[in-house]
Amino acid sequence: MISAGIDVGGKNVHIVITRNGTILAKVGGPTGINKAEAAEKLYAEALAQAKLKREDVSQVVATGSSGSRVSFADGVIPDAAADARGVIKLIPSARTIIDVGAEEGRAMKISPEGKVLDFAINERCAAGTGTFVDTMSRALEVPVEEMAKLSLKSTKSIPMNAQCAVFGESEVVSLIHQKTPKQDIARAVHDAIAGRIGSVARIVGLEKDVVMIGGVAKNPGFVESLKRDIGMEVKVPDNPDFVSALGAASAAAAGVLEEKVEAKVVEKEQIEEGKA
Amino acid sequence: MAKYKTKGLDCWNRAKELRANYYKDYKEAHDRGALRWEGGAWSFDAVPQALEGEVRGLTEEPYGASVGADPEMQVRYQEAAEGKWGCARDLCAYLRNYWGSIVLNEFAFGGEWPKADFIFQNHICCSHAKWLQVADEIEGGDIPFFCFDAGAGAYDKIGERQINYVVEQLHDGIDFLEKVTKRKIVDEKLIQNVKNTYDSACYWAKTCELNQAVPAPLDEKTMFSLYVLGTLEKSNKDIAHFYKNLLYPEVKERVANKIAAVADEQCRVLGDSQPPWGFLRIFRYLEKYGIVSVASLYTFSLIGWWKIDKAGKLVPYPTLEEQGITIKDRDHALKLLAEGELKGKLMWAPFYGAKYKNDIVTRIAKQWKCDASIIHLNRGCEGTAQHQMEMKIAVQKLGLPVMTFEGNMADEREFDEGRTKRFIDLFVTETLGLKKVAA
Repeated sequence: MISAGIDVGGKNVHIVITRNGTILAKVGGPTGINKAEAAEKLYAEALAQAKLKREDVSQVVATGSSGSRVSFADGVIPDAAADARGVIKLIPSARTIIDVGAEEGRAMKISPEGKVLDFAINERCAAGTGTFVDTMSRALEVPVEEMAKLSLKSTKSIPMNAQCAVFGESEVVSLIHQKTPKQDIARAVHDAIAGRIGSVARIVGLEKDVVMIGGVAKNPGFVESLKRDIGMEVKVPDNPDFVSALGAASAAAAGVLEEKVEAKVVEKEQIEEGKA
Repeated sequence: MAKYKTKGLDCWNRAKELRANYYKDYKEAHDRGALRWEGGAWSFDAVPQALEGEVRGLTEEPYGASVGADPEMQVRYQEAAEGKWGCARDLCAYLRNYWGSIVLNEFAFGGEWPKADFIFQNHICCSHAKWLQVADEIEGGDIPFFCFDAGAGAYDKIGERQINYVVEQLHDGIDFLEKVTKRKIVDEKLIQNVKNTYDSACYWAKTCELNQAVPAPLDEKTMFSLYVLGTLEKSNKDIAHFYKNLLYPEVKERVANKIAAVADEQCRVLGDSQPPWGFLRIFRYLEKYGIVSVASLYTFSLIGWWKIDKAGKLVPYPTLEEQGITIKDRDHALKLLAEGELKGKLMWAPFYGAKYKNDIVTRIAKQWKCDASIIHLNRGCEGTAQHQMEMKIAVQKLGLPVMTFEGNMADEREFDEGRTKRFIDLFVTETLGLKKVAA
């Protein structure tokens, strides 16, 4: 059975196409202004990569904060549910998931079957998200990838008090003026966001194995900061930013037809109410 | 085919009528030579309502909530309070709605802001006393103001000394009322008002107690509209009559006939704090999954009086008739009023520590047979938001799954409906493992 998972997040779209659980294609790219168009375009690329036609795909399940924008999806599942399905497929020993994307940081406690038992999400604030790191990298005039490497060289802990991206940026500028080495500032930024996410994770309770996914999981500097903050090992699967899309594909393959149809109904109702 | 029968409440329209009349009467009071006063939902309204002649009150919180139910209006009022008056955005959302309404000289129920003749208020949280002090300042600073302290301790610490502490202040309050209004307190009215207060508070609790039944006869969204009468004027005879003679018997009958609030009840939820008033439809959204919010400390005890019996059960506070009490005189009436409020209003207990809140909510969760809890982390009210995460842990220890969502009872700028529905979908389908029920 061929299925597709599409994760439309705050900044990027990730698509995975699988056949009986084996990945045939994975494509990612920025959402741009029009998320629906971006999803459509990237899906075409994914199909081309897998050498498939649309009709070859039995089910398409979308997820992510803008999953409902994917008009060609058969249904939508909650992003944390997609995370859990994706992670448990890759790391069956996972019990705590930390997913940090561009606009949201969340933590989940999951059962051995991949059921979400509890979740906590940092809300309405850039602190604890990838956007915070992006903002600070601009203030430091260092690309994010470089910032990650720099922070790993630092041996000094500088507490950053600001939990707000705006005030955080001011603090980074102050540190620059104080001639603080960039590697220490980079670590301070990662420590600050890790502190925030660590607090979110403690709400659900940290239980081994802790797995981190999402775009920020590709930043080894941040992962180190998170390990220090929670005092536990953190596993990161390959391509951590595609895990949610993989989970959506897995849900599609598992046949969540009833949920899919109902999700469509809800979306239609929301559109009719002018709230979508 | 639905699991249970369901229907609306027969007394629903009467509840709506009582509420509409309350605001209309307040607005038109001066046309009839009546007095107007401002206070809070917990202001011991039996006292000022005992003044000679017609007296009409306006309570702050229900007014703020009414504004909160209209997102367009609330944003205008909030921005007026913030922009024209300069108040901070993290203050009580009801308070900001109230102040904004005065700043704009606009009454949410039509016409200009109806200025009060006096203020009769009590300290119940960090906002309440200052709320009307500032309201008076915005209105020109010439409204006589009386404020008493009801912070005498949690329900299990109330004795003679604590009751007298409040009663003595109420006597001072009577002196104040008589001086500034040049009207006398009528003891017969006061005694009747206290009886009415007991009926409103105790029969609301008895009504809530009936919600232990499966299926629940009432859902919390409906209960929000029913308890509000008690926050307006629980000493009012029509309101007391409504609770005692209309609502309670009807809900009792619903239980006897298994008439459900939600026809496909399959999951009973414990709530907390005020809801986001402009978005009560999230409760209807939950119903699509057969979820009915059956209980919360807030809904039960905002006006309801309760006690913990010898068996450790939460039970309605006894009415005066059940206690075999006949009120003798003014002092006796004030003592009984203070005793009921201080001992019976368990909603005050969380102000004295998380252990009180956790103790009461876990009893509620068990007695009302809750399967899960959904907690509104209410940024609009510091008082009711206290200890919410401790409450989450306490409820989880009972083995109940808990979902939290952030929002604000009366500031729609802090509530994200789409996001909340995302959380609900996740919690309900994944954590609770429920599917939508047939429409």
